[in-house]
Amino acid sequence: METKNLSRRDFMKLSSLAGAALTVGFYFPANAKEASVVTLDTAENLGIDLNAWISIDTSGKVTITNHRSEMGQGSFQSVPQIIAEELEVDLNQVNIVFAQGNNAKYGSQITGGSSTVRGTYKKLLNLSATAREMLVEAAAKKWNVSKAECYAENGHVIHKPSGKKFHYGELVAEASKLTPPTAVKLKDPKDYKILRKPMPRQDTPMKVNGTAMFGLDKKLPGMLYAVVERNPRFQGKVKSFDDTETKKVPGVKHVLAVKMSVFNTLREGVAVVADSTWAAMQGRKVLKVEWDDTGFDHVSTEQLYAKMNDDLKTKEGLSFKTKGNFAAAVEKADKKLDVVYETPYESHSCMEPVNCTAHYQDDKLEIWGPIQGPDWVQDLLSPLLDLPKEKIIVNMTFLGGGFGRKAFMDYPHEAAVISKVIKAPVQVVWTREDDTTQGPFRPGMVYQCAGGVKNGSISAFKAKLAGQDMDHQWPGAQKDSYLGSTTEGFLEPYFESIPHYSFSDVPLDVPIPVMWWRSVYASTNGFAFESFMDELAHEAGKDPLDFRRQHLGNERYQTLITKLEEVTGWKTRKKNEGYGVAITECFSSIVGEVVKVSKKADGKVKIDKVWAVMDCGWYVNPDIIRAQVEGSVIMALGAATVHATHFKDGKAVEQNFNTYKMPRIIDTPEIEVHVVDNDEKAGGVGEPGLPPFTPALTNAIFDLTGKRIRKLPFALEEV
Amino acid sequence: MASITLKINSKTYTLEADPKMPLLWAIRDLAGLTGTKYGCGIAQCGACTVHLAGSPVRSCSIPVSAVANKDITTIEGLSADNTHPVQQAWIQEQVPQCGYCQSGQIMAATALLRKTPSPTDKDIDAAMQGHICRCGTYPRIRKAIKTASQLMTQKASAK
Ligand code: FES
Ligand code: FES
Repeated sequence: METKNLSRRDFMKLSSLAGAALTVGFYFPANAKEASVVTLDTAENLGIDLNAWISIDTSGKVTITNHRSEMGQGSFQSVPQIIAEELEVDLNQVNIVFAQGNNAKYGSQITGGSSTVRGTYKKLLNLSATAREMLVEAAAKKWNVSKAECYAENGHVIHKPSGKKFHYGELVAEASKLTPPTAVKLKDPKDYKILRKPMPRQDTPMKVNGTAMFGLDKKLPGMLYAVVERNPRFQGKVKSFDDTETKKVPGVKHVLAVKMSVFNTLREGVAVVADSTWAAMQGRKVLKVEWDDTGFDHVSTEQLYAKMNDDLKTKEGLSFKTKGNFAAAVEKADKKLDVVYETPYESHSCMEPVNCTAHYQDDKLEIWGPIQGPDWVQDLLSPLLDLPKEKIIVNMTFLGGGFGRKAFMDYPHEAAVISKVIKAPVQVVWTREDDTTQGPFRPGMVYQCAGGVKNGSISAFKAKLAGQDMDHQWPGAQKDSYLGSTTEGFLEPYFESIPHYSFSDVPLDVPIPVMWWRSVYASTNGFAFESFMDELAHEAGKDPLDFRRQHLGNERYQTLITKLEEVTGWKTRKKNEGYGVAITECFSSIVGEVVKVSKKADGKVKIDKVWAVMDCGWYVNPDIIRAQVEGSVIMALGAATVHATHFKDGKAVEQNFNTYKMPRIIDTPEIEVHVVDNDEKAGGVGEPGLPPFTPALTNAIFDLTGKRIRKLPFALEEV
Repeated sequence: MASITLKINSKTYTLEADPKMPLLWAIRDLAGLTGTKYGCGIAQCGACTVHLAGSPVRSCSIPVSAVANKDITTIEGLSADNTHPVQQAWIQEQVPQCGYCQSGQIMAATALLRKTPSPTDKDIDAAMQGHICRCGTYPRIRKAIKTASQLMTQKASAK
């Protein structure tokens, strides 16, 4: 079978292995729940398409295929770190290659939902331990001793009684002939030597000398550069274009109309292709395009928010989850609240603007780019371009940020189409303006939160959301289906302790493309839920941290609250300091954050410090977790206080960093991150640190000033 | 189109370019040095920072004709083997996340430390606030600049 041979050849090429090698990978036998581990040879004999994960060659070099993309969150580091631990090798012995898109081989490769570690770590631990056991067994055979007298350490197998040693490389030929053991013993986390240690990231050296290859750094012989003038109103057609002036710009080679797939529509534009990025940009400046926007509402932010607010008042909403009888319970409450929170649309604004390099030739397509889901690109492009999946090769470069945006497949589609038409390799560059204005965006949401307290605890809780449902954008989507993420960010134990609740949403149907944005709906839900918890605590006359403790009767949450209380000095805080807390949960991780604010000499509010306690269960590298939480806090700070995307006349208003402002080093408070040690199931680390920051900040401002902020973004200067 | 001579990292490049082409695109597309990054094109983010005669400049906002024959240093010219103290400090403090902004950050930090060997927090804010890091590595950048300052002092006193 062709794929099988391809897989072996590709893996050999990727890993540049010499001679004999021990290669083990896993596959899922038909009808089996658990993965099985086999050697490459067995896989070939049985015709199994193997997941080629680990290979050790005769020199002892270990090669690992990294099937996930690297966009800053550290998967480059975490996958090898897991493998090196159970394989008993030094991280420096390990060579990592990026896999090409192939979901038959690797399972879903989408890097999103903070899933890299939590989705695969058990399989990886097992696989590495299996390889190690095979090497130990091979050594025992060679020495003719019992396996029990041998152990593996630092790339060697050692015979304990005699002190004799074999280098892994000397054992691979023998080991590759063995049948992998079916059950292996994994280490107790307290014996970890590499896992849970702040190992330096292996990609750091190439990110400090300019050698790390991002999407925009790809160069191919004969490659041209393209920029595309796309319809600024998201939908509608190219009526006509005039490229007379464009064609006069030196370096411009082609001008062509192109379409790319955006959910259920084809976004239209006109591409200018030239021999340098700059020449293409110059050509685009003098291009004249006429658009046909018939049938498309030229929406504005004011209209959108008026509609969402109105929907909350007048529409029933699609029920997601209810318990008891909210309406009756709230009537009997001692104190009642009914408030509205607003959160804005946001652009992802990855530091590396969206881009893609494509080469279409001889009915084969090869793509290079900052791509979060290479297998998704194959899935999307195969029917669109009428190419079988194996004729679409997707190469992942480093990503200069992803945050959800680069899981979307519009830009590879557009690049492929251009390359096919001009019959040359092409790099499509989105300018910063394109990147900021074209979406997909984080959807703006409006929340009605209502509830009551009785005898000091929550007796009724209601959250009704208005905003776009991402799932409603796909072709054939059922637009009367409720939003599956309605309670994302909400803490599980509340569902037990709150006797009457109701969660629902009113979907907003507008043609603005929206997409996952770091922590997705939790990024906005968290603000509404955790602000409202604070408001209820205040109504109940309780300390906000105690109020949460009282409703979260589960050991994991209690531990987290106690830890937050200890590290922040919550109980001993002073009168002129504002403290705010928020706790959210998403992607199987729970994060609590406390923000401390005070007043500057001029009376304005400033952020003094942020504490975060992250409980992500089983984890790999505490330093990467700290970095991810620091980054999440700063990203949340930006969305809360400095930027938002507005719409006017159907177009996004903010275009570049002069109006879509970013937090700067000077805005950055001290951030202290603590990681909880436990053996719960591994949760995500790239996103869950984001949602609690904003409500912790606004709760702190309330604590200091008595002013409640219910609408984002707000300027710290204006509090 | 005109023939323009650029001196990048002590190497001479003779390029055919539109004299108005920003230095950034000449460095990336014509000289093929891709360590210098495009972030905004309007002098707002600092990703494109290089040194011009030792001072940090935004290469996206300088026409290539203005820098002919002048000494330009890019990240590749700092040191290829990561021996520069600023690079070492960046590794020690594990600054980069996605890494895209870091060439610019490092070039700015290097220029700051050359002028101000022991910068205060205020000096750091002033020198670095033109540089955006979307991944939020700011706390580590601050630390790394202080570490680099120490490494440089040690190096100087060892001589
Ligand atoms: S690209 Fe030059 S400052 Fe942003
Ligand atoms: S490290 Fe990603 S933008 Fe700075």
